[in-house]
Amino acid sequence: MTKKQLMKDPLNLVITGVGGQGNVMISLIIGNAFVRDGYIVTVGETYGASQRGGPVMSHMRISKETQYSPFIPDGCADIILGMEPVETLRMLGRYGNPRVITIINPRPIYSIDVTGGHAEYPDLDKLVEIVKELSAQTWIINATEEAQKMGSPMFANAILIGALIGSGVLPLDKKSVEPVLRETFPKEIEANLVAFNKGIKFVKS
Amino acid sequence: MANIEIDAPGTSQLFIGNEAIARGALEAGIGFAAAYPGTPSSEILGSLAQIAKKMNIYAEWSINEKVAMEAAAGASYAGIRSLAAMKQNGINVVSDFLANLVMSGTGKGGLVLVSCDDPSAISSSNEQDTRPIAKWLDIPLVEPGDFQEAKDMTKWLFDLAEELGTLCMLRSVTRIAHARGNVKLGELPNKQQKAYFEQIHDLKNVMPTRYIPIPSPVRHLFLHAKMDKALEKFESSLFNRYIGPDRADLLIITCGSCWLYSQDAIEALKLRDRVGILKLGTLWPLPEKFVMEHLNKSDKVLFVEEIDPFLERSVMELGGSFPPKAIRPTFYGKRSGHINAYGELNPDMVIKAVSTILGLTYKARDADYGKKAEAVAKSNVPERSMTFCAGCPHRATFWSIKNALKLDGHDGVVTGDIGCYSMALGPAGFFQVRTMHCMGAGVGVANGLGKLGQFGFNQPVLAVVGDSTFYHATIPALINGIYNQSNFILIILDNSATAMTGFQPHPGTGMTAMGEPTKVISMEALCRSLGARVEVCDPFDLNNTTAILLEMMAEGGGAKVAIMRRQCELVRAKKEKPPYKVRVDAERCIGEACGCDRLCTRIFLCPGLIWDKKTGKSKVDEVICNGCGVCVDVCPQGAIIKEAA
Repeated sequence: MTKKQLMKDPLNLVITGVGGQGNVMISLIIGNAFVRDGYIVTVGETYGASQRGGPVMSHMRISKETQYSPFIPDGCADIILGMEPVETLRMLGRYGNPRVITIINPRPIYSIDVTGGHAEYPDLDKLVEIVKELSAQTWIINATEEAQKMGSPMFANAILIGALIGSGVLPLDKKSVEPVLRETFPKEIEANLVAFNKGIKFVKS
Repeated sequence: MANIEIDAPGTSQLFIGNEAIARGALEAGIGFAAAYPGTPSSEILGSLAQIAKKMNIYAEWSINEKVAMEAAAGASYAGIRSLAAMKQNGINVVSDFLANLVMSGTGKGGLVLVSCDDPSAISSSNEQDTRPIAKWLDIPLVEPGDFQEAKDMTKWLFDLAEELGTLCMLRSVTRIAHARGNVKLGELPNKQQKAYFEQIHDLKNVMPTRYIPIPSPVRHLFLHAKMDKALEKFESSLFNRYIGPDRADLLIITCGSCWLYSQDAIEALKLRDRVGILKLGTLWPLPEKFVMEHLNKSDKVLFVEEIDPFLERSVMELGGSFPPKAIRPTFYGKRSGHINAYGELNPDMVIKAVSTILGLTYKARDADYGKKAEAVAKSNVPERSMTFCAGCPHRATFWSIKNALKLDGHDGVVTGDIGCYSMALGPAGFFQVRTMHCMGAGVGVANGLGKLGQFGFNQPVLAVVGDSTFYHATIPALINGIYNQSNFILIILDNSATAMTGFQPHPGTGMTAMGEPTKVISMEALCRSLGARVEVCDPFDLNNTTAILLEMMAEGGGAKVAIMRRQCELVRAKKEKPPYKVRVDAERCIGEACGCDRLCTRIFLCPGLIWDKKTGKSKVDEVICNGCGVCVDVCPQGAIIKEAA
């Protein structure tokens, strides 16, 4: 792969999901890979109290010029990586625009409001259709399902990172990300590399 | 956490603000660091502790913020550069010591206090602004505007603190403390430190090495001289700067993360040629001359800051000294309603304020797309309320509390405080908790309720606290209850970690911040030594826990203690595989026909249990379930099955 330019400066990437899924982990891996490639990166995250089952999002601002704030302004996301489907839609509602690119893991995680009968989880097919409609381009990656086949839903993170890299929307290649993966998962690196490569493959097929 | 000790000067690292502060302290040659965990400050001490042995420094999790600050002052008196870090609430805990410390002065080692505020109280009980304490107590105060400054400013602040001989304070907020950005590293010092408390034994000249706040008026005068010197430094500090045109349509005065929001807003509105930004890094004493020089840049001035109007009021006070015929700019900010005086800010709020003042329109995205996206998100995205993790012992404890109170039938009251268990205010803990304030407050409140028998009060009183909170803030309140014979049960939710802030050890864990084994301060032995009846329960044993609580409530008398002991599920899950494989037997689950009102999915609300609309039965979400097996005892139909995993 050749070194590419940022499609826009700053490039605004939203990573979203549910507390505990691994948002922070993904933003750390992608962020570190960018900093090592000489970019200026800001990452804002919601976690802490919302670690426990709440909606979480990481805002990444990637630039060659300056240190941007840790908040993407409303309507200004370039890419949304959705680890959970309704959380992807929540982000599109606030940060989406006609140029936005989405990568979505279509595995629902039901909130206690839904299980308790106080809220309705939309039909999954309809949900994916809405996400597609609101995006310039959408990749659907069955990351959780594939990760479970590998033995643990946690491998979904490496699959999604692979999909993000494989999609070519970031000026990062495999070689920039792999060393960071090795440092992040020293014990389970082989399985995570397998997952990472699966993600790259899924997005290209 | 990142490796803050990496010896690679000139390289850029991706650090959260807290790691940058810790790195700045390392580059400054810090020897001693103490803190009590509190979001968003915890990673400062956390990242120092993990490299403390390697770097030959000392780091501790102190029992509370006051002791942390006092311990750091002790190190300063012996010539060691030292730091105490805390969240905004900690400043209240330590304020009594601070009011004396500013008078006594610090030792030969520079002493720095870091306070991390949490605008919008994202992980707090309140959103207190701690900057005013600097004005109140005469403490030189700085605030970094980005990640690089967080490191550079911390390093510089140690020099300043040492030169002035007074405590200096760095304030940060969540979006610097917990956000990540580029930090270019500097050199690490390489010098041996020697600690020695110098004393002058000549009785005619003891003052220089006596760290005391008296005689107070004289000490106060000394303090003011130190503040004058700080002001002199601040007037020429490079942490204060102006970017923008020589003459601007609008001047923004800002600090901290709002500096980043202001730049984003100007960029989004393409107003670089029309709007100037005066970014302040040294906030108190206010660099008056520097501010005055820039105030005439525009006849409109907007203050952008979180949370209180600290700069706004300070600059307006300065306005009082303008010459009588001076042209006064129009001030915009919290007073005018252009910037919220509550909650955290973001670039969009600054965009809105600037657009309103300058009469501009701003459109981030196509209007039709925006309307559609908002509408479909609103109608399709369900709420996602916070809850305890799957397998959390707190859920089991509050289940037993709920059932025991119901069976007791005297309308018992649960008082609480801040921690993961604060979520028991809502559906996660079955709405059991009725009061929540600062750490340990529930036990103090219970002391009062438990003494109202003479007024006909007969409701049982249960005060819940976390294990770390027990050591931090409840021991005097428990002693008060035993001494004054107040009738309440102290329930300690002992999950063997300071879970909400990142699983830091505490005196009950037998481990220090630096990973050394130490004595376990047994909470049951401590409480028994005070003469309290103490029961230790496994919260996963719902029947036994409920029975013990019922019996303790019936017994009455003075303060009693029930310890709910079960490791935090997040800690357990990191080390071990789930104990059980849990499933719902679709034959036995009869859904809505059961008459239990879907106890498992509508009331118990563990996120590991979901409701399958198609089959009308409960189901285990194997991605979420941690296999604790507690729900097996919740189902009246015996439809939830656990098998050893």
